[in-house]
Amino acid sequence: MSSVLLRTTPAVRGALRAGALRPAAAAASTSFVRGKATLPDLQYDYGALEPYISGKIMELHHKKHHQTYVTGLNTALETIGEAESKGDFTKAATVAPLLNFHGGGHLNHTLFWENLAPASREGGGQPDGALLKSINEDFGSFDTFRKQMNTALAGIQGSGWAWLAKDKQSGTLGIITRANQDPVSGPYAPLMGIDAWEHAYYLQYENRKAEYFDAIWNVINWKTVASRFEKA
Amino acid sequence: MVNFGNIWQYLAVQSPLQATFSGNSTTMNIKTYSLPELPYAYDALEPHISGQIMKLHHSGHHQAYVTNLNKALKVHASALSAGDIAAQVALQPVIKFNAGGHINHALFWTNLAPAGTPETLFPDAAPTLSAEIDKTWGSFDKFKEAFAKELLGIQGSGWGWLVKAGPSSLRIVTAKDQDPIVGGEVPIFGVDMWEHAYYLQYLNGKAKYVDSIWNVINWKTAESRFQAGHGDFFADLKSLL
Repeated sequence: MSSVLLRTTPAVRGALRAGALRPAAAAASTSFVRGKATLPDLQYDYGALEPYISGKIMELHHKKHHQTYVTGLNTALETIGEAESKGDFTKAATVAPLLNFHGGGHLNHTLFWENLAPASREGGGQPDGALLKSINEDFGSFDTFRKQMNTALAGIQGSGWAWLAKDKQSGTLGIITRANQDPVSGPYAPLMGIDAWEHAYYLQYENRKAEYFDAIWNVINWKTVASRFEKA
Repeated sequence: MVNFGNIWQYLAVQSPLQATFSGNSTTMNIKTYSLPELPYAYDALEPHISGQIMKLHHSGHHQAYVTNLNKALKVHASALSAGDIAAQVALQPVIKFNAGGHINHALFWTNLAPAGTPETLFPDAAPTLSAEIDKTWGSFDKFKEAFAKELLGIQGSGWGWLVKAGPSSLRIVTAKDQDPIVGGEVPIFGVDMWEHAYYLQYLNGKAKYVDSIWNVINWKTAESRFQAGHGDFFADLKSLL
């Protein structure tokens, strides 16, 4: 993996920003750092988001699904690195969809775990300060924002995510949906994401996904969202 | 940033169609689709697909596609008669998604059958199709391997299909979300790779679900779709919906 690759791949850039790529010292060279993505630890126990998200869902979601994206990202990076070292840029290009999918999956889940927290700790309630002011300005009210976010989530056709995002140029907030594991990138900074893949809720909510979209607001970590808002 | 995550929200803002529709409903003449019954009991595919999955999948998910399709078609009929082209265009993705969901599931239920029944016996239940599979992939095992690889490579929700692309031309195709196979190809059988199709039983182990599904493929249905002409197939499909 070269520095060029890191500069040109949004998903990987995002993963670096999220602190999710850790350099492997043994593989480091003087000209560039060869990093391997690793599964980040959760800042709370698997059962800590109950009753809103079951411990079983959290365990599978983190230990299996997120791990698969991490493994897939490393495999894609390795394949691209090998192709690049042979000058086989056609081969490297064909791996791009896998890099986007697994890199996006790694980034999205890393952001997701951090913007959740147990209801007994930072989770739930409403944002305050500058973030709340901005939400009020751009959506009318926190309640309107919440409703629009749930409508956006319900409207996703297939697997995907909905995000509260900040337009980095204008500073305005908006809701963005993304298919599958496409990451939020370009002019938008993701502040808060909700996973609308069925694996995120099915064991507990089955086909009643609206109930999951209602429940998850009890475990949103507004402290994390506010800090992303300030930095974006 | 304006966001209309939901088409109903968009239409409510853009046009008064929903509000006026109920008053005009007597003049509309559009087909209402309904949920087809399964040709077997919910638990008949066990142990390969659990009864709980089948029940939710059919009475919950499939029903939702039918309900939302009917709703979208009604609003679309209103938009047609009102000459509201913007609303018609805005509804197209909703119609495609929900009609696709209805078509795909109707084809899926009928290309499955309880394990061990004569319909599931390969190659006996599909003499001409099995010969064509051998010719195309070299062997049934190689076909299954190629099909599984395509299914497991789907990124997100979607379906894998064996399709007939010409008189003797078989192909494996995947389609995202609920995109249906409604062009020049005839879908012979499909496998639903949405997580709701397997998660309650197989969790993240989707490769095991793919392995298991071969036990419940209805090769008799597959054979008859393979033998049908394009027109006959779509006439049959229409009667299923």
